[in-house]
Amino acid sequence: MALLEIENLTVEFDTSGGTLRAVDGVSLSVEAGEVLAIVGESGSGKSVSMLAVMGLLPWTATVKADRMTFQGRDILNLSPSDRRRIVGKDISMIFQEPVASLNPCFTVGFQIEETLKTHTDLDRKARRQRAVELFHSVGLPDPERRLGSFPHQMSGGQCQRVMIAIALACGPKLLIADEPTTALDVTIQKQILDLLLDLQAKTGMGLILITHDMAVVAETADRVIVQYMGRQMEEADVLTLFESPKHAYTKALLSALPENATGDRLPTVADFDLENTPSTGGA
Amino acid sequence: MLRFLLFRLALLIPTFVGVSIVAFAFIRLLPGDPIMMLAGERGISAERYAELQAAYGFDRPIIVQYLDYLWGLLHGDLGTSVVTRRPVLDEFFTLFPATLELSLCAITLAVFLGVPLGVIAAVKRGSWVDQSIMGTALVGYSMPIFWWGLLLIILFSGILGWTPVSGRISLLYFFPPVTGFMLIDSLLSGQDGAFRSALSHLVLPSIVLATIPLAVIARQTRSAMLEVLGEDYVRTARSKGLPPARVIGLHALRNALIPVITTIGLQIGVLMAGAILTETIFSWPGIGKWMVDSVFKRDYAVVQGGLLLIAGIIMLVNLIVDVLYGLVNPRIRH
Repeated sequence: MALLEIENLTVEFDTSGGTLRAVDGVSLSVEAGEVLAIVGESGSGKSVSMLAVMGLLPWTATVKADRMTFQGRDILNLSPSDRRRIVGKDISMIFQEPVASLNPCFTVGFQIEETLKTHTDLDRKARRQRAVELFHSVGLPDPERRLGSFPHQMSGGQCQRVMIAIALACGPKLLIADEPTTALDVTIQKQILDLLLDLQAKTGMGLILITHDMAVVAETADRVIVQYMGRQMEEADVLTLFESPKHAYTKALLSALPENATGDRLPTVADFDLENTPSTGGA
Repeated sequence: MLRFLLFRLALLIPTFVGVSIVAFAFIRLLPGDPIMMLAGERGISAERYAELQAAYGFDRPIIVQYLDYLWGLLHGDLGTSVVTRRPVLDEFFTLFPATLELSLCAITLAVFLGVPLGVIAAVKRGSWVDQSIMGTALVGYSMPIFWWGLLLIILFSGILGWTPVSGRISLLYFFPPVTGFMLIDSLLSGQDGAFRSALSHLVLPSIVLATIPLAVIARQTRSAMLEVLGEDYVRTARSKGLPPARVIGLHALRNALIPVITTIGLQIGVLMAGAILTETIFSWPGIGKWMVDSVFKRDYAVVQGGLLLIAGIIMLVNLIVDVLYGLVNPRIRH
């Protein structure tokens, strides 16, 4: 049984200009211990489909799916209180802007212990102990002292480590990382990715990595889903995708990598003539 | 922190000098003087008038009078009321508890109703709940205080007969002031029904005085909450599986309160201005009514002293608010 299974997911937003379909018929599944990458450019519905899984979409969104299960349990029609028992504990998520994702008014120690308090029976002392362990495991130096820091006293990379520690606090089965390295310096990006993969291998959790960075995909993922304009274009294991991309859009994405630059101009997806290329494969 | 406090305290000195000049000059710009007002309609002979002018020192050049006043201020002497012949400071401290009691009740009402209403309006954005809260707030904000006070008196005192029209407590009760707060003193006196009477006298003036701050705080809370609810850390809080009450009441509100606290501090000035009108409508024996009465009587020392003391209170409250601001917002701790 797959950890997370989604069939034919559709997300629509009510806007003043009518209904906007952000995700259109996306299907995917993740096994425990697997790293799935979802790639696509901005606005391709990568984040929205995962926010739908977490139940974090605003009230203007309508989520429909033929099937959306976590460990075999339906999570599409969960009551809000039942969902809160899963979210943050069995499925957790980290975001693109680590500094903005932490509450500026509370210490990071408070913010991680709060998750433990919500989902576990640990007492105050045990929570502190566990928080120190978690900070240690994500490579934050001097964890005891760090617990008393406010987010603005830490760097972006450190804040993302804190976010990872919070996400891992209750031993989730599935971690969704939404562009976790986009807002970080290149050197820090590598460290954070390595940390995520290392923790994923140690805990055996499933990892969904949302990214637009093909280099990140190549380094980390087992399997890849390519999304474009809310639709799923192609699903393949990572080697197949890079060696023989089936879909025209995937080819366009790959050819838009900076190393394919000619002259002093970087290639873009728009350079590739999507309309006149026969599409094969895809959903 | 110490440096910050010292700096802020040092700033009080030029402010005080400015307020003293303005207060001194403005009351003298009004036609008439205290002696004319005391003499009343019967008038006064030119000799007697000149005699009294000299006795009170009003015949000296204005700059001399001002420097003399300033000299007194530096010695903690705010002057003596021409009308009651009591020191201004004594009168102030007799009347101030009444204003403080009224203002505290009003600001408590404004904060404890305004903040929750603003939060509800923000969470239910665009719904009829939001629109009715914000519509009411706009009406409250636009309502002239004296008119609103009279409307309430007509309804609750006149037609329904629920509350008394004026004063702090029924004349049937008498007890010496201990704290100066009628609610507390009436309880301490142990007299039957005294507390009830004090409370019923306090209700309408508090509502009237609270109306504008309440409307401002509710609107400010709503807009601050709307901004904060879209922040990433609110999404993080929800992604942790926290209940909505905690996400909104702790994670969002704590951040939204930062601008709201500034607003509350600014409302203290509005409250003092409002107290003057409210106390006059309800014959509330506080410093607002005292000031208005002394303007009519051209009681120079009282108007000057009263303005200085009120300005001092407003500056002190704003200083406290600035210190609080640092406590609430860890990013600007001094």
